Amino acid sequence: MAKVTSRKSGDVTIVDFTGRLVIGEGDYVLRQTVREALEGGAKNILLNLKDTTTIDSSGVGELVSAYTVVTNRGGKLKLAALPPKVHDILFITQLITVFEFYDDEKEAVASFA
Amino acid sequence: MRPNSLPLLPAGQAPQDLLLDLVLPSRLELLEEVRERLDSVLGPLGLDEAARDRIGLAAHEAVANAMVHGNRRNPVLPVGLRVLLDGGDLVIRVADRGPGFDPAAVADPLLPENRLRPGGRGLLMMRALTDEVGHEPGATGGSVATLRWRMGGDARTFHP
Repeated sequence: MAKVTSRKSGDVTIVDFTGRLVIGEGDYVLRQTVREALEGGAKNILLNLKDTTTIDSSGVGELVSAYTVVTNRGGKLKLAALPPKVHDILFITQLITVFEFYDDEKEAVASFA
Repeated sequence: MRPNSLPLLPAGQAPQDLLLDLVLPSRLELLEEVRERLDSVLGPLGLDEAARDRIGLAAHEAVANAMVHGNRRNPVLPVGLRVLLDGGDLVIRVADRGPGFDPAAVADPLLPENRLRPGGRGLLMMRALTDEVGHEPGATGGSVATLRWRMGGDARTFHP
């Protein structure tokens, strides 16, 4: 079961994703949350993936879509706390060079300044 | 889920080599249960967690592909899943009832112009997570994806 919540740290919206970022489950809720954050005026979005248990090609596609929509609106989307499984998949799909990612959430938040 | 009626196996396959045999409707919410059923047969093989994750994710991609691109999310169309030992290999076959699948028609998601496309990475992931992937027409239509791992013979696969 996927769960997504969001919180603020300064002008950064932190989206915490928990569970399976996979087709028909986490991909949809992540899309909704990012859309709501943008509609609420968010420019800087940090996806905290610390509690993401698995990711599939649709989940990867959702990360790419989120990155594209935020960037096209003049914002920034970054990733934090990638579990090894997620890191491996972003490496396989060669997206690891597309995303800016940080091990530490505080460091990630500071990078938006 | 009920025993598979799709012709997924070559004739003469020894029944004792068949580890799992499922037919399921094309409903994405079943993917997690498929993973659990798969884990239940992979555990006794002595595979470590990393290997089970790779096998489970590759199978997940194949089943999702069969449901979405093969059966066009039509829940009444079945997806067949068989897990078997073929000599020293672990083989997973996934069959759909769709119009057929041509891997050559899939755009390379690693090309710069495709890098930010939202879809098209399932086959890439299957190839990266297995020793071999093949697609062929099913005996009664549709398409059969075959995922293969060489047990004990490939450290890359089982000890990533």
